[in-house]
Amino acid sequence: MRTIAYSAAIREALAEEMERDEQVFLLGEDIGESGGVFGVTKGLLDRFGADRVLDTPISEEVIVGAGVGASLLGGRPVVEIMFSDFATLAMDMIVNQAAKTHYMTGGRLSAPMTIRLVTGTAGATAAQHSQSLEAWFTHTPGLKCVAPSTPADAKALMKAAIRDPDPVCFFEHKLLYNSKGEVPDDIEPLPLGQGRIVREGSDVTVVAYLNTRVEALAAAEALAEEGVSLEVFDPRSLVPFDRDGLRASLEKTGRLLIAHEAPARGGFGAEIAAIAAGECWELLRGPVVRVCGTNTPIPYAPELEGFVIPDAARIAAAARQMVASEAM
Amino acid sequence: MSETELSPERLLGFYRDMLLIRRFEERAAELRMAGLIPGFLHPYIGQEAVAVGVCAALGRDDVITSTHRGHGHMLARGADPRRMYAELYARRDGYNRAKGGSLHMIDTDLGFLGANGIVGGGIPLATGAGLQLKRTGVKAVAVSFFGDGATNEGAFHESLNLASLWTLPVLYVCENNLYGEFTRQDRHQTVKDIAVRAGSYAMPGAIADGNDVLDVYRVARQAVARARAGEGPTLVEAKTYRHRGHYEGDMGAYRPADEVAEWLERDPILTFGVRLVSQHGVGQAALDEVAAEVETTLEEAAAFAEASPHPAPEEALEDVYRETYGGMALR
Repeated sequence: MRTIAYSAAIREALAEEMERDEQVFLLGEDIGESGGVFGVTKGLLDRFGADRVLDTPISEEVIVGAGVGASLLGGRPVVEIMFSDFATLAMDMIVNQAAKTHYMTGGRLSAPMTIRLVTGTAGATAAQHSQSLEAWFTHTPGLKCVAPSTPADAKALMKAAIRDPDPVCFFEHKLLYNSKGEVPDDIEPLPLGQGRIVREGSDVTVVAYLNTRVEALAAAEALAEEGVSLEVFDPRSLVPFDRDGLRASLEKTGRLLIAHEAPARGGFGAEIAAIAAGECWELLRGPVVRVCGTNTPIPYAPELEGFVIPDAARIAAAARQMVASEAM
Repeated sequence: MSETELSPERLLGFYRDMLLIRRFEERAAELRMAGLIPGFLHPYIGQEAVAVGVCAALGRDDVITSTHRGHGHMLARGADPRRMYAELYARRDGYNRAKGGSLHMIDTDLGFLGANGIVGGGIPLATGAGLQLKRTGVKAVAVSFFGDGATNEGAFHESLNLASLWTLPVLYVCENNLYGEFTRQDRHQTVKDIAVRAGSYAMPGAIADGNDVLDVYRVARQAVARARAGEGPTLVEAKTYRHRGHYEGDMGAYRPADEVAEWLERDPILTFGVRLVSQHGVGQAALDEVAAEVETTLEEAAAFAEASPHPAPEEALEDVYRETYGGMALR
């Protein structure tokens, strides 16, 4: 078992899948010679050549569209969207073309591709480089969405995404790229739709993914000293979503707190809340609580940015109140 | 290339394919009026020479992306009118099993990668198909049909830039029918010849008489040869006209009557028929025979469609994904 960074884990998955299947190739802005803005694809151009690692113009629509077109003829492209905010420029190709190909052709054609979306808030990059847009894609039938938080999950889910016969949106959080974790040498693809309890607890289930999972674990650590026990559930993939895993956790805790960076309104947390309310009502001891991004764009100033994104302190405060209000 | 290089049989085949498209569309309009076809129809009538001329220049491994006005491209490629009507009828034997309709029809066996409901939507897909053909060393080309309106979309410009940069084997075939939906060309763009836009991307831009199947064929053949030789993409502008509205039901009141009359005189099928008789020794009887065969074919196709079963409502839940993880992805 080795300890490697999240970005290195993704890079390893890309390289191993490219070794395994010559139909796997990479498309994106500055991913070749420069190795990507976050260095994820560093070294892959030298290793696989310019036919497999394609530096593109700044043309998001045709980058994704070329990926879709290639996938229709048997290619397995992995497309990088340098900042997920730029997916706005490629929405027709993602939502109207890739997502719907299999359905509108009656299953006769499909677009198996992986779209890497660099996401989340970090480092005062303001409103157009910081968003968490996963709900746009989870809302679109035909797309699958994964959001790994650890190097091991990132590697295993990237392998699964590339091998998946449908288009997969792969969300990578900027703040996680340098985070390190153990990755087994012979790690297998992780089937989509398998969440994981990453900290056991008994009072409140906290559902969190990407960097918010890090904050949730910190909150759990802090509250443990106060005698409040948080269970942290990382769904890892949003579509498909591990309903059974959520239910199993609620059977233990009876309380649900959902945390993510995306604005609360219409965020994926609302879907999780609806699943809990609709399918686990008898398990709930109180209202479902969401600790999410504010319903604002992401501001520039660090103190403003910090205000709109949920952190460990806010998660802890909300969980503390959930337990306390019931005790009253 | 001179016309005489084509055998009379081949020329008669062009005539037949154009007539098949024309009559397919006219019948479809009637069937829609009769309530037998539920959705949108964007008739290709008037533009038949473009589809037939381009597809005549293609080989078996070549692939096509099409548009909302795609029936002609698909028929010219050799698609089965029975399954096309069945799709328009929204029946199970349709090309897309009644999930797509007119705007999304495909035939993967023919390399027909689909009509498209988004103006310009097929252009990046053909670009990617061209990339895949080049990557895998297949000596084939990707063709993207689109209209004058689509050349104002970013997808067009991004695609031409990329295809030129990477020397992709793609034919960008613009059918300039003078109207983007209801808006005349001079009110939606400042260029008259769309082919000049190729210059911005350092690729050849060629103009064809889109109402002359042989001229379209001539231009398309050159562009295909260039792409096959690894020399990259070409923008072909075929100047043509749609005889009917943007879609069935649009009466086209925005078009001057004299303009319509002028283009009707240049009908690609009538003019080609006259030419076959006067210059190529084809008898009127042969044209009549072709017309009768087309009617029989379409009669049978409509009967096939009508006899095809409706989908069961719950089939709506199928085909969202190829792998649902035991249905989990659907919930």
